[in-house]
Amino acid sequence: MKTTILAGALLAFAAATSVHAQAIKLADVAELSGGGATVGTNWKNGIDLAIEEINAKGGVLGRKLEVTHADSQSNPGVARAQVQKALDAEPYVLLGPGYSGSVKVTAPLAAEAGIAQIMGGEAAELTQAGNKFLFRTSFGQQSSMPKVAKYIHDEMKAKTVAVVWVNNDFGRGGRDMVTKELERLGSKVVADLSTEAGQADFAADVGKIKAANPDAVFVYLNEEESARILKELKRQGVNAPLMGETTLIGQKVIELAGDAANGARGHVGLTTDAPVDLVKQFREKFSKKYNYVPDHNGLKGYLAVYMVKATTEKMGKVDPKKFADTLHGLTIKAADEPGILMDVTFSDTGDIDRQSFLVEVVEGKQVVKQVLPKVK
Amino acid sequence: MSNLFDLLVAGLATGAIYALVAVGFTLLWQTSQTINFAQGEFVMLPAFLMLAAMHAGAPFWLAIILGILLSMILLGLGFKLLLVDPMMRHGVLPLAIATMALAIGIKEAVKQFFSAEASPFPSIVPTGDVSIFGHAVSLQSIGVLVVAILAVLGLTTLLNRTSLGHQMQAAAQNPTVARIIGVPVERMILLTFLINAFLVALASLLITPIYLAKFSSGEVLGQAAFIAAIVGGFNQVRGAIAGGLLIGVLDNLAAAYVSTQYRAAVPMIFLIAVILFRPQGLLGRAEERTV
Repeated sequence: MKTTILAGALLAFAAATSVHAQAIKLADVAELSGGGATVGTNWKNGIDLAIEEINAKGGVLGRKLEVTHADSQSNPGVARAQVQKALDAEPYVLLGPGYSGSVKVTAPLAAEAGIAQIMGGEAAELTQAGNKFLFRTSFGQQSSMPKVAKYIHDEMKAKTVAVVWVNNDFGRGGRDMVTKELERLGSKVVADLSTEAGQADFAADVGKIKAANPDAVFVYLNEEESARILKELKRQGVNAPLMGETTLIGQKVIELAGDAANGARGHVGLTTDAPVDLVKQFREKFSKKYNYVPDHNGLKGYLAVYMVKATTEKMGKVDPKKFADTLHGLTIKAADEPGILMDVTFSDTGDIDRQSFLVEVVEGKQVVKQVLPKVK
Repeated sequence: MSNLFDLLVAGLATGAIYALVAVGFTLLWQTSQTINFAQGEFVMLPAFLMLAAMHAGAPFWLAIILGILLSMILLGLGFKLLLVDPMMRHGVLPLAIATMALAIGIKEAVKQFFSAEASPFPSIVPTGDVSIFGHAVSLQSIGVLVVAILAVLGLTTLLNRTSLGHQMQAAAQNPTVARIIGVPVERMILLTFLINAFLVALASLLITPIYLAKFSSGEVLGQAAFIAAIVGGFNQVRGAIAGGLLIGVLDNLAAAYVSTQYRAAVPMIFLIAVILFRPQGLLGRAEERTV
């Protein structure tokens, strides 16, 4: 009897170690504490949910996925140290971080190690440095601004546009991109207003917008400044339609600006309010597991893992060296891989092309008004 | 042209708030030689006190009253007893540095106990427009101007037309003689601290709906009010009022016609010009000091 138990235990141990040896190891470095804790926690939970689903269905090419989570404390310096540590363990793919600043300092490490990095940052410059191993989960400005410009020109029928932007890398990147596109389409930028991060008083800026009398106003500021300018636009009675990005119509802006946010429109790359069945199912599964409704970072983390699955299955083997090459130029269809939620194509620079959404604030709520198709 | 009119109205409205804060500056300087570098944070804090009262369930009007009263206790009485009185005997400079430390303390405490993020704040004036000379002017701007003008009128009436005001002026101009003729100088000084606290709480109530309640929002305000007080004349209440309005308008015109990046520099350049050519300020009196 004793020997049977012993043999059984040995067998179980052997089985466990063999599964362990075969598991595909992923490393995640995210903002689990500090200022970006909401971003990182959503991202992590999205990853865990996807891995749980995939493993329950037998894993990838018959092998289970495993992930280790490390905390960057929302600090680029810590992120760099954590990524180095994660890379030393030779993961299959690196996931995260979510902050563009942390991505910027960690991307060279992953590239040097030849490991693909799937991250959450959105700054335009990240994929413009010629890094062959970096992939986005959401739009960079170079993907979203053409859509914004097209909407202003085609749907808002604006011949003249005022562009208000925040004077930092983020704001300048978006402003350059949208101005170029607007001019290409034939809409004239009649006011080009740079504002400062943390600016409190927008009376003069709104005065200039009023004087320029544009058909539409494009607002590209951080959340708090967006709220302040929305209030000032209302105060000075500017009635031109307002267009922006996620930062103009986010929940925090609506809370801060109150009534003044109503009517503002924004282009949103990923939202759990999207009128897409697979996204709705994701939202339901996520809310059931974690007891809260995820933001777009939850979606990003979830998508990152399914990018790993689809790419690996395309290769037909687990090959970290060939991973990045395979993902470049790859189109993943939601019909083949439901976990990817929406059809997506990756460019040679690691940027993505995917459908996105036009959201309007109606009575203090975000309402998806239109689905904007993939560019190509 | 309509743009210029809008800019003037918006500038006057912000300037009126600067004036309230600058008047407080000059009052403290005149009666107790206190240069309060925490004045901007004094404007930021009352909004959070009012928000805290609202979170505790108080209606807005009650929160305003509680906020003003608490401000007068903390920023008037408390400030004088706990910081100014002990530091005063070491001279003007150590006191000024102590107020800088206080500014940092208030900012960090608000960040810690409330949040580093901005919060919305209700307005006492409804949104909407009225037409003045064919221009649409927002009720909020008018409301801010009216409240600020009433406060300043009330204060000047108190100072110039009442016995209490005359005693305060006497205590400010020559404390020794004032004491000899029976003016309770200490009580008069305390009164100016309470008035300053009232003014900053009022400014807080007016500016926060526009700037949002945020721990860092006092930085810009404190600086603007300080410049306004010097430009107008540090030793004159009417100078501070004129300085506040002037800086408000100048700031808005600079943002519109110079550039947003350099807007903060324009009032500073103006300040330097005033110091070079009229050191006592536009409406100030030259003070003579024996060394």
